[in-house]
Amino acid sequence: MEAVLALAIGTLTASGLWLLFRPRTFQVVLGLCLLSYAVNLFIVAAGRLRTDAPPIVGKGAVDPAQFVDPVPQALVLTAIVISFATTALLLVVLLAARGLTGTDHVDGEEDDL
Amino acid sequence: MNGWMHHLVIAPIVLPMFVCAVLLAFDERRRTLKRLLSLGTAATLVVISAALVWEVDAGRSALPGTPHVYLLGNWPAPFGIVLVADRLSALMVLLTSVLGFTALFYAIARWDRSGPRFHVLFLLLLAGVNGAFLTGDVFNLFVFFEVLLAASYGLILHGAGEERTRASLHYITINIATSLLFLIGVAMIYAVTGTLNMAELATRITSVPAADLMLLEAGAAILGIAFLLKAGIWPLSFWLPRTYAAAAPPVAAVFAIMTKVGIYVILRLSSLLFGETSGGAAGFADDWLIWAGFATMIYGTLGILATRKLTGVAGHYVMVSSGTLLAAIGMGGELLMAALLFYLVSSTLAVSALYLIIEPVERNAGEDDMIEGIAEPVFDDEYTGAVEEEEENEIGVVIPGTIAILGGGFIFCTLLLAGLPPLSGFIAKFAIVDALFGSAAISPTAWILITLIIASGLATLISMTRAGIDLLWTPSEDSPPSLSVIEVAPIGLLLAACLALMVLAGPVYLYMEGTAAALADRSTYIGAVRGAPRVGEATR
Repeated sequence: MEAVLALAIGTLTASGLWLLFRPRTFQVVLGLCLLSYAVNLFIVAAGRLRTDAPPIVGKGAVDPAQFVDPVPQALVLTAIVISFATTALLLVVLLAARGLTGTDHVDGEEDDL
Repeated sequence: MNGWMHHLVIAPIVLPMFVCAVLLAFDERRRTLKRLLSLGTAATLVVISAALVWEVDAGRSALPGTPHVYLLGNWPAPFGIVLVADRLSALMVLLTSVLGFTALFYAIARWDRSGPRFHVLFLLLLAGVNGAFLTGDVFNLFVFFEVLLAASYGLILHGAGEERTRASLHYITINIATSLLFLIGVAMIYAVTGTLNMAELATRITSVPAADLMLLEAGAAILGIAFLLKAGIWPLSFWLPRTYAAAAPPVAAVFAIMTKVGIYVILRLSSLLFGETSGGAAGFADDWLIWAGFATMIYGTLGILATRKLTGVAGHYVMVSSGTLLAAIGMGGELLMAALLFYLVSSTLAVSALYLIIEPVERNAGEDDMIEGIAEPVFDDEYTGAVEEEEENEIGVVIPGTIAILGGGFIFCTLLLAGLPPLSGFIAKFAIVDALFGSAAISPTAWILITLIIASGLATLISMTRAGIDLLWTPSEDSPPSLSVIEVAPIGLLLAACLALMVLAGPVYLYMEGTAAALADRSTYIGAVRGAPRVGEATR
């Protein structure tokens, strides 16, 4: 499972970075999305991988070894919400830039090729 | 610490957020109400933060200078999130409040009308910045960073227009990417140490096994890159002058504190986590900070000389100031810390005043093109009631002697920025140089720093003089420009604050020395956080 997760994070990061350095705004937004997925998976991995272990501890005497670390999961939830909101904002700016400059190049003007 | 004073720590975060929510209930037509509410909030924040500074300085108990710890949700320290107001945090919050108040005051002259929801975004920015200064938890720091960034995205776009939209597209993209780096760093640190509470991190970091040390340092380095980018370090700073130049003047003026948020976090984490007594990872990034700081100073100095516009001078000056601070943090030492804190306060106030004065000066010179006032709305529904603006009553009370006032303020700013006597800029630079000379053997890096500080001051002086001759001495055919009291008063306030820094340099410097000593002494901070009593427990 570790190998699969590592490969997934690596692939997402690589694709995200490649898209991030592209000249079109929409590609950049998609790149940021992929990167944020990669980072979210990375945070989960930072809490050690476990299967069949719940993150929520019940009342009473419990054995911590039966549970997975809940902190990274809470961090991921926060990170997802925040990246969702900022991506939405970026999309609005993207549309505004497209409307004002008439191009979807990230610099607001086409390269002279 | 009893009663309501106990809750003073959280007030700089909760108060602006609450007023934000209230302001959202009114639409843009209730402008006077909005202005009164937001300005009142900003003024209250100044009072609150001054009270905080007084409290951590004078000391409420037998132990002067003990950090004031506030347990959010009443969870005990390493498990819940804590807010910590120590001398450094309180100082930064006070600085934020002063800048916030003056910039908001200035905005009321005209700038808050050039787009919707200016006051809401502005207060949200203040809440985020205050939160970042006060929090004692690394992930909570991320959340407050996002709050202040989200507000800053909106503020950069304030007034719309093509240049702002382009600049903000870069700004937002860069900052989202940086936030991802921030998260990676946080995750790695958590993976190694198992905690995100700064005080708890500081204790656990001493016992990290050697095998994990590299992972920890890598995590801290990635985290550091996120803050260094905010601070505007070379080569991660190319966005900075352009973005700040595109922003509306009051927005740029308050953004002067945003680079200092990055500096603050570097200062806090490097003293707390990588101080001299923190085991294997101690001071691992110091050399990087020094050399990157030098590079930033050189780039900023060249930028100051090369640029033709005053906004460019200000933007590059922000970088010089960051570079100086980072190099000084890298060198460390208590004497230098006190000096750099003084420099931080002085340079932030000065550059903020410069951003405010640029626009009236350029208007005076007839270079009016950048002031579009109210731009075409991008999304019609956003602007209900805000766009149809009558031109009369644009300026308010007009005062005579415009050129004399502008010229005087401009010269004042120049002296402050260039670090010439007798103003606080000189005292700050002198203190840094003095601290560098203080050690028995002066290292080569110290000589480089001294040279760069003097060279950057000279470059600032040259560039500002050139701009001053261009803009103020050239007679213009137009009628003398109008200048309102509302615009002059905040600039005057900021410059008066710098003047107060000069006159009261003694007591202020004592405070800075106390702060530097508190930064060097990690055990007080750690002890205060870990021993913080919960509400309802017997107050010890």
